[in-house]
Amino acid sequence: MNVGILNILIMAKIQLNGRKLELSSKHSITSLLKKYKIDEKKIAVELNSKIVNRNKYKLIYIKDKDKIEIVHFIGGG
Amino acid sequence: MKKDIFKVGGLILKSRLIVGTGKYKNFKETAEAVKASGASMVTVAVRRINILDKKKPLLTDFLNPKTIKYLPNTAGCFNASESLRTLRLAREIGGWTMVKLEVLGDKKTLYPDMLETLKATKILVKEGFKVLVYCSDDPILAKKLEHLGASAIMPLASPIGSGQGIQNKINLSLIIKNAKVPIIVDAGIGTASDSTIAMELGCDGVLVNSAIAKAKKPVLMAESFKNAVISGRQSFLSGRMPKLFYADASSPKKGLI
Repeated sequence: MNVGILNILIMAKIQLNGRKLELSSKHSITSLLKKYKIDEKKIAVELNSKIVNRNKYKLIYIKDKDKIEIVHFIGGG
Repeated sequence: MKKDIFKVGGLILKSRLIVGTGKYKNFKETAEAVKASGASMVTVAVRRINILDKKKPLLTDFLNPKTIKYLPNTAGCFNASESLRTLRLAREIGGWTMVKLEVLGDKKTLYPDMLETLKATKILVKEGFKVLVYCSDDPILAKKLEHLGASAIMPLASPIGSGQGIQNKINLSLIIKNAKVPIIVDAGIGTASDSTIAMELGCDGVLVNSAIAKAKKPVLMAESFKNAVISGRQSFLSGRMPKLFYADASSPKKGLI
């Protein structure tokens, strides 16, 4: 978890759903979802190949080299 | 007569027709077809959210998961670990434990990889999932899946999306006769009468996607499937007449003028 003034200034290079992004590491998963206007009730988040329990979205902060997957349900057979 | 109840993994479904939600023109058409089909369970896929298009409509806005049961699938997974990853994520999305496992073995035929399917079934059951398993129409492997704790066995009628109908009635009948869990024909159904045949063979349910979504009028075809499945089930429960080699007149000979 990244806390403190120093970390706020650090930019994190991450991969979100396969896309390379640069974000300030002050983002928690909750704020990341808010930034992309994603309803957290309709999705699941995987951080570095591990599923994140939705109770922890607020507590986990994005850090450099994180690989994040956000998935939802779509039409399928 | 005893009420005819369709129960899968402890869940009572009011329709024996389960429908897929892929391949439709849009979500509006999907929702209309699902409604017309009378299905109380639909299959869905798990995919990445499009982070760039924030206004893209969502399936859940058109099909309320509170009123219609979502059955997440593992379409596009080619080994046990990919499918486990997908279904664990599906469970996290909405707390679903009932899932459809399909581990594909080949891109061209989309035929199931049964070795990986058996492996994944074992793990999923251990993790508390209720697993409905897409599988080949092999009676021995179907029995193995049942022993591993699958909630339902879903043999293919013919390749996924091919619309070729039931290609091996004998195998399907052998699977049905042997099974203690529901048998749901999945994949290959091409038109409404195919589902009637499946139900007449004694299947417990039918899963249909392409045959409805790819019909010229999907909503009408959905209703047709609803009737076809009910009809097939009633026919099965009625017990068909024996087949005779020669004719047997329906009008009595007595009193003939």
